[in-house]
Amino acid sequence: MKTFIKYVLGLVLVALFIFLNFTVKMDLPIRFLNPMILSLVLCLYRIFIGPSPADRAVATDILGLLIVGICGILSVFKNAAFFIDISIAWALQSFIGNLALAKYLEGKKFDE
Amino acid sequence: MNEIIGKIIISIGIIADFIGCIGLIRFPDVYTRLQASTKCVTLGTCGIFFGVFVHSGFTSLGIKALLIVIFVFLTSPVSSHALARAAYRSGVKMCDKSVCDEYKSQVDRG
Amino acid sequence: MIYRKIFLTLLIFVIWIILSGVELYNILVGIFCSILIVLLFGDINIQNQWTVNKPQRYLWFIYYFIVFLYEVIKANLDVAYRIILPNMPIKPGIVRVKTKLKSDAGLTLLANSITLTPGTLSVDIDKDNGYIYVHWIYVRDINIEETTKKISWKFEKILLKIFP
Repeated sequence: MKTFIKYVLGLVLVALFIFLNFTVKMDLPIRFLNPMILSLVLCLYRIFIGPSPADRAVATDILGLLIVGICGILSVFKNAAFFIDISIAWALQSFIGNLALAKYLEGKKFDE
Repeated sequence: MNEIIGKIIISIGIIADFIGCIGLIRFPDVYTRLQASTKCVTLGTCGIFFGVFVHSGFTSLGIKALLIVIFVFLTSPVSSHALARAAYRSGVKMCDKSVCDEYKSQVDRG
Repeated sequence: MIYRKIFLTLLIFVIWIILSGVELYNILVGIFCSILIVLLFGDINIQNQWTVNKPQRYLWFIYYFIVFLYEVIKANLDVAYRIILPNMPIKPGIVRVKTKLKSDAGLTLLANSITLTPGTLSVDIDKDNGYIYVHWIYVRDINIEETTKKISWKFEKILLKIFP
């Protein structure tokens, strides 16, 4: 029963978000960026409450990919080509960082 | 025409990202969270950059976007695989709905 | 050997020029960086060199890529369905899959495609016995032949032709 109430509450919130995103007057790039920012907030929530360190590592992995995607959207809508250089660098750095995090979780040294 | 198709592909990518993040909140344990988020967010990010490529054609921007698509497709499964293995070895339990676990004997053997 | 290094230098330089545009500063930096990269990493060899010159492999690779893209889209719809439903139809577990591939590149591609296809996530590889441990979100079978047939056989029969 409790999970059902939570589910309905979440559904109402998502529907309200989509409705506001299409009716409130704002620029086109902001409409594209709003769902990504909500996804970032969900990831930060998982990092905040995650029961184990592995959950936090997973959420960090997803956070890096989302920021790469945001840089891609900005590079199209703002006509600024340097954002895509930022996203290349961020993708490389996030991959290396995740491998290091996995090694740390497993309890190994970095040269094994 | 190119710009409209590019914007549609970018929107599909954004929807996939959003669904992946909802899965990150709803699923019960680390491995199922990894499944949901890795699949949806990988396709979402690749969709956004493929949309950038369609939007801007064979310019310097578009070719860099294609490079990111290939890079993300190759590296995102590798990092999720490393995280799953590390989570299992560091002792994270699977959720109580799970039915079988054939990896335990392999880990105990060394 | 020296021809291969010169060819590599030219290839890296041309990619750099395409990506960054023709200016004097870019050309100077490109020449310096490409020579440095080839001097540092040019000695890394391909494992079995006789397979590079076979044209059928590339056709099989294109076919593999099409199958792979179809499976990725199917996987996303499947996962979205499981996320959105209120009672989440999941029955997770870790099963084993048998593989015949030996080379490193083939095993990496197989593990990556298992991760990106519906409901499966590769956890570990036992290279000596040829097992891959797979986390499955809805376990239908524990028997090893059945899991191999259901999860990995459709990729492995193509990958066996690419990496013999």
